[in-house]
Amino acid sequence: MDVEILSRIQFAFTIAFHYIYPPLSIGLGVMLVLMQAFWLKTRNPLYHNMARYWTRVFGLTFAIGVATGIVMEFEFGTNWATYSRFVGSVFGGPLAIEGIYAFFLESGFLAILLFGWDKVGPKTHFFATCMVALGAHFSAIWIIVANSWMQTPAGFHLVREVGKNPDGSPIEVPLDPGYILKQEDLDHVRAVVDSFWEMVLNPSTLDRITHTVIGCWLAGAFLVVSISAFYLLKQRHLQFAKTSLKFGLAVGCFASLLQLVSADSTARGVGDNQPIKLAAIEGLADTTTEAPLGIVGWVSWDKDADGNIIGIKENSFKIKGLLSILMDGDFLHPVEASKTVVQGLNDLPSDEFILARHPGATPEEIKLIRPEYWPNVPVVFQTYHLMIALGMGLIGISVLGCILWKTGHLWRTDIKWVRWFLIVLVLSVLMPQIANQAGWFTAEMGRQPWIVYEILKTSEGLSKAVIAGQVLSSLIMFAFIYVLLFMVFIYTLTKKIQHGPKDDESINILPEKWRPMALKGGRQTAPTTNDQPND
Amino acid sequence: MDYNTIWFILVGVLFTGYVMLDGFDLGVGILHLFEKDDTNRRIHLNAIGPVWDGNEVWLVTGGGALFAAFPEVYATAFSGFYDAFMLLLCALIFRAVAIEFRSKEKWPLWRKSWDIAFAFGSFLSAFLIGVAMGNITWGIPLNEHHEFTGNFLTLIHPYSLFLGITTVALFAMHGNIYLILKTEGELQAKLRRWIKVTIPIYVVCFLIFNFWTMYKCTHIEDSLRDHMVELSILFLLTVMAVGAIPREVHKGREFRAFLFSCLQMAFLMALFGLSVFPNMIFSTPNVENSLTIYNGASPQNTLQFMFVVAMIGVPIVLTYTACVYYIFRGKVKLTEESY
Ligand code: HDD
Ligand code: HEM
Ligand code: HEM
Repeated sequence: MDVEILSRIQFAFTIAFHYIYPPLSIGLGVMLVLMQAFWLKTRNPLYHNMARYWTRVFGLTFAIGVATGIVMEFEFGTNWATYSRFVGSVFGGPLAIEGIYAFFLESGFLAILLFGWDKVGPKTHFFATCMVALGAHFSAIWIIVANSWMQTPAGFHLVREVGKNPDGSPIEVPLDPGYILKQEDLDHVRAVVDSFWEMVLNPSTLDRITHTVIGCWLAGAFLVVSISAFYLLKQRHLQFAKTSLKFGLAVGCFASLLQLVSADSTARGVGDNQPIKLAAIEGLADTTTEAPLGIVGWVSWDKDADGNIIGIKENSFKIKGLLSILMDGDFLHPVEASKTVVQGLNDLPSDEFILARHPGATPEEIKLIRPEYWPNVPVVFQTYHLMIALGMGLIGISVLGCILWKTGHLWRTDIKWVRWFLIVLVLSVLMPQIANQAGWFTAEMGRQPWIVYEILKTSEGLSKAVIAGQVLSSLIMFAFIYVLLFMVFIYTLTKKIQHGPKDDESINILPEKWRPMALKGGRQTAPTTNDQPND
Repeated sequence: MDYNTIWFILVGVLFTGYVMLDGFDLGVGILHLFEKDDTNRRIHLNAIGPVWDGNEVWLVTGGGALFAAFPEVYATAFSGFYDAFMLLLCALIFRAVAIEFRSKEKWPLWRKSWDIAFAFGSFLSAFLIGVAMGNITWGIPLNEHHEFTGNFLTLIHPYSLFLGITTVALFAMHGNIYLILKTEGELQAKLRRWIKVTIPIYVVCFLIFNFWTMYKCTHIEDSLRDHMVELSILFLLTVMAVGAIPREVHKGREFRAFLFSCLQMAFLMALFGLSVFPNMIFSTPNVENSLTIYNGASPQNTLQFMFVVAMIGVPIVLTYTACVYYIFRGKVKLTEESY
């Protein structure tokens, strides 16, 4: 295997592993803010007990998130050095900002969140929790700004180095907007920012931030749902389990419905900015009006006698015209909307695009070259449809859960079908996780063969100083460490779940500083029982 | 002063913040196995418990700032030192999760394994950071595209290895002083005995390393000539700060000793910065391929914009970091939330 494929596998593996944990911490962060807010409002120690338990789970996911995140920060330099040189002045910015504005905020206040219960008062503690959650959201936002710029680059231009100033700094001339990079340009052409805000708010940023952040909320909410449903099934910590389940279901229901709105807008954005990706994930071969929307099915490559890819064969259950309507976005006039033309892979990328890159290609050659610019359609088709199916499933589960909660059936563990539903809830924690991963595989593999969309190819971004053996050994190392980490994580999490929260819901579980006595002007009177701090 | 120089200083400040702060965490890790008692080990861990993560962010942000301001340097250093960085990442991962997991279980094998992971990870991180610094001072072979042309063995030579050892000694001493501040009674007395070993080791390393650099790093001579006065003053200050550490410890004023320990690191980094300036990665044998703050930097508008971003962000960070350290001042008490 060569450096390219190994580096890609290593990147995909390390980021996919990292991406198990941040969504949990982002989502749990929101849950913690809510629980503490409820505590501050009602002063019911139950909420405090909840916040405390979920904080411990949070600490666990956070630690692994941090440990695996550091790998990501340096991997651009180690494995994608040419890419880093090429886009450093654009892409490095968001990464640095993420450090200054997100990671510091998160890790600084995390100290208070985890260890500050006895050191600060409830209001300060609540503030710290809010800051940790805010910091976690900022990390998601800035890294997605960076990633979205790779998907839909904006606010920059290319320059070529033509000489050196006396101090050694390069003399650079701007290149024309449509300039096509050649292999030999890589040593002296780079991207420089024109407008920082245009770069940050590139065409896909807002959609993708919204969509990912909601995905993170779902991951956190369903972790809470799952563990609480488990306690309910086991008839343990009942009060705690019921209330936590309500929190989880409420956030989960809200977020999964919101996700549908955001997903619609994200998909339309992909259609506008990366039509090839849209055609690939929908498995659309021919340009057409009344384009159909596939629900389930499969897509495979169509190859000629020599084994060259010439097209796709798709076989799926689909609804006619729906894709056109979705792309148009005018749901009120479906008939007109279904007239919208959606481009298929057989016309993408356009002949002009290919001619510009392969001057003098004949129409026959163009046909053969075209598939080089397609992503791995069979895979992205599946990951994309998996995500949609899971999204619909999440809506179904959380809406049904909320209804059962309102009718009171949810707590009736003596009824058999309720127990079944609770088992589904226990397993539901996997659904947002898989959807998140599938979504990223869709987005990133759908971008191929580009590392910066339609500007720099993935194969051109590699480190020249690194050889395959090095990447292979580091890949083996990461595989080993991460498998170990994952097992330890599951083990400790299981122990935490078995151990459970403290069942004590009296005022005594509050840290000394937090007891109503010490809270000057607190609404409750001093507890009558002993005043020993119980930890 | 131009933006390139400002960013050189800023990146330097971030990495200095990293060694000052994470230095004591790593030091605690290096000393970890020398302490045999479980409760004491937990006290050690909880002394750094609330702050180690924040300390490590200085490294992450330093890396991000390097990427934004000097992408060529970021790309060259990280791809050139590929194997070393992969080892460093491995060490940092184990260290981080060992802190989190160690005290979650009671069985001895569990704790022992994580203790070893923690100590070994800390030791290796400190050592590799030193080796990397050593190579940057010494110089590495670069071609005309600023690509590293050597291999892993190119990076291993007596000078860089010795700087690695010096860094380990430095962090061990720094961590030792920090632990004295955070402990009391019996344990503190034991740490006071240890400091009688850690300080001398470091001072000896410090002296050897300085003379070695002055006599053997040929390119340092140029900057010695250019900045004779500044360098001498800085060197004198460094020596004074180092000298002050044993004195303050002897008088039982560990807090001051800790400050002096931080101070001497800052001086050392300044010394390092001034003697390589304006080079960021020195190329041997082809000096003309060196990466400097000019040929490795982002364009001016990026540097300018990021400068504003940093000037707004860093003071805020410093403020709340100080608050966090203030809240967690005083001796370690093991509670239910502790590691
Ligand atoms: C719980 C998580 C979750 C759920 C339920 C969904 N998604 Fe998603 N999706 C993500 C989590 C996610 C993500 C992980 O956040 C991605 C990866 C990259 C990104 O920007 O968001 C993503 C990417 C992503 C992309 C590619 C964006 C790009 O390439 O820039 C599209 C078109 C959709 N999604 C569309 C949908 C649709 C139509 C859904 C139907 C309900 C859906 N997503 C549910
Ligand atoms: C948000 C910041 C991210 C950035 C800047 C980023 C950047 C990159 C880069 C540089 C590559 C290597 C080039 C390539 O093969 O495309 C890559 C590949 C990949 N990334 Fe991302 N990525 C990000 C987030 C993620 C996340 C969160 C995931 C998944 C959980 C992910 C999944 C992948 C996968 C699966 C590949 C391999 C694609 C392939 O082999 O075809 N990425 N990404
Ligand atoms: C290639 C892309 C990525 C890089 C370079 C990266 C880098 C990092 C680093 C260095 C850390 C540790 C920070 C610390 O020490 O406190 C971290 C943690 C974190 N990252 Fe990533 N990350 C990437 C992708 C993502 C994505 C896609 C998200 C979210 C959508 C994300 C969200 C977070 C969060 C919330 C944390 C805090 C730790 C935690 O919550 O588990 N990161 N990341």
